[in-house]
Amino acid sequence: MNRLIQRFETLKQQNSKALVTFITAGDPDLATTETMIHVLEEAGADVIELGMPFSDPMADGPTIQLSSERALAAGTTLSRTLDTVRSVRRSSSIPIILMGYLNPIHAYGYERFCRDAVDAGVDGVLLVDMPPEESTQFLEFATTHELQVIFLLTPTSNAARIATVARLGRGFVYYVTVTGVTGARQEVSSSIEAELLRVRDSISIPVVAGFGISTPEQAASVAALADGVVVGSAIVKLFQQYTGKELEREAGNFVKSLKQALSSQLT
Amino acid sequence: MKLPDKKGHFGDFGGRYVPETLMPALLELEQAYAHYRNDREFKEEFNYYLRQYVGRPNPLYFAEKLTARLGGARIYLKREDLNHTGAHKVNNTIGQGLLAKRMGKKRVIAETGAGMHGVATATIAALFGMSCEVFMGEEDTRRQSQNVFRMRLLGATVTPVTAGTATLKDAMNEAMRNWVTTIADTFYVIGTVAGPHPYPMMVRDFQSVIGKEVKRQHKAVEGKLPDCLIACVGGGSNALGLFYPFLKDKDVRMVGVEAAGHGIETGKHAAPLCAGSPGILHGNRTYLLQDQHGQITHAHSISAGLDYPGVGPEHSWLKDTERAEYVSITDDEALEGFKALALEEGIIPALESSHAIAHVLKLAPTMAKDQSIVVCLSGRGDKDMHTVAEAMGVNF
Repeated sequence: MNRLIQRFETLKQQNSKALVTFITAGDPDLATTETMIHVLEEAGADVIELGMPFSDPMADGPTIQLSSERALAAGTTLSRTLDTVRSVRRSSSIPIILMGYLNPIHAYGYERFCRDAVDAGVDGVLLVDMPPEESTQFLEFATTHELQVIFLLTPTSNAARIATVARLGRGFVYYVTVTGVTGARQEVSSSIEAELLRVRDSISIPVVAGFGISTPEQAASVAALADGVVVGSAIVKLFQQYTGKELEREAGNFVKSLKQALSSQLT
Repeated sequence: MKLPDKKGHFGDFGGRYVPETLMPALLELEQAYAHYRNDREFKEEFNYYLRQYVGRPNPLYFAEKLTARLGGARIYLKREDLNHTGAHKVNNTIGQGLLAKRMGKKRVIAETGAGMHGVATATIAALFGMSCEVFMGEEDTRRQSQNVFRMRLLGATVTPVTAGTATLKDAMNEAMRNWVTTIADTFYVIGTVAGPHPYPMMVRDFQSVIGKEVKRQHKAVEGKLPDCLIACVGGGSNALGLFYPFLKDKDVRMVGVEAAGHGIETGKHAAPLCAGSPGILHGNRTYLLQDQHGQITHAHSISAGLDYPGVGPEHSWLKDTERAEYVSITDDEALEGFKALALEEGIIPALESSHAIAHVLKLAPTMAKDQSIVVCLSGRGDKDMHTVAEAMGVNF
């Protein structure tokens, strides 16, 4: 069974919430990425979301924009990112999903990507600028190769769009908690509770919420409403401030604090 | 078959490749436009502003001296440079502005390269009483500081964009990011026939007033259709505005002129149709400047308005179906076109339009004297004085 689906089943049995952590592949280099995936896993991450850097990240705020620039400057490519995943797989079975924009995959070739990604040990993919309407061709190849395609829903998605994602989405649904771009925020929207209820009512696969979650407190309060949370920019910011052992320690501690907040939220 | 199809595709091109947050807004816009494009009152109001405010129809001017100098086809200039605000951009912003007003939006945003679309958007925002924010690459705010000042005089906020290459594509990224955040009350006025569906179709429709007038005006003086249409192509809105009403007239040759910058072979150009490959950027599938890994590469052109690594998807379709042909003109050739029109006709063209003129200099002499060329003079050159002076080594 797919590692991603397996993980969500296990979490459900344990009555716990998924902690999905995002880092950009190749920021500041792919060797660091490989180390940091292990660090995040040891600190309690349930799923690794690996950003595929793109020159024009139109749905991302400054933190991930800069992170993508650092990764591209270091020569990160899609095939080298897949090599990194392959290498991680020698010693880890943590679910890994790739997140990014469609053009680098278009250039790589949809079918080749789906085949190579699964072969390298990738479990799922989330393409920010591929809404269900434009996904037909890609979904065919993804289905053939059993790559889980994750779609986004947002506060602006109406019932018809939620139904479409319920039909096409695999692995989990990524619910964007804000009407905006990625990036840490002071507060999480107050209407999110009703919105998440609405989405979870119509969708059978897990719903994970993200965008703007930057503290253990926010993570805990959002996790109470969903099957898990994604923390991205708040972790990526640490890559801007620290390197080497310091980065490992800071990111490790931060993820531990997130995990603790999610666990204590259960009691 | 009428293009685009229902989902905004021109063959394999176009579409709606955007984050989920934007999808509902695009669907709302599509519905509103589908309604108003056939609404008599809307069309009357659009035509009213084009006539009374923009000053349409503008002339189809016979460039007699230039024709004589080149000794070939008769050359006509479609004088979009005489529009209010000095370029064709206003045709589109009037249309989108009226649509925004009917949709109850209080705020408009826009991206701009040379600043002409920014000025045209700031203009209609003032006219229709909406607030306006224009995103402009920091590099372009320096190259086109006068247009920045014009926009501010018109009451707009100009936000310089420092991300990426700090040019038009980055301004478009930033406008998209802002739109994602402000979608409830904001209308995004895209300035060219690119972006996600329905923009390429909608902007084309608003700009096709250019070609419709040309058809009528040319018939009145020459008694027939033109033999050839020429226009510069950045995103491609003035070209498509000119071409579109002639698409079914198979005998009319259409030539789009891209910016070859320092020369195609140097890699420093802005010619995705001539030297790029298909990919996905800014919501649509189209020809792009990109590396083998699908990363968007830097565009280069002396004219800020052509300095864009993509192109409208309908042009990609016209290229692949060979209905239109696409050529490129270097910075140096464009400057020759610029000077030729100034000296022969007393008209100072925008650097963008100078690319089209430069191709006329090559093509007209190869055509017969009883043939005609219509070239779209998409804008006036006042905004380019600094750039041209610098290129000629003149210091103010």
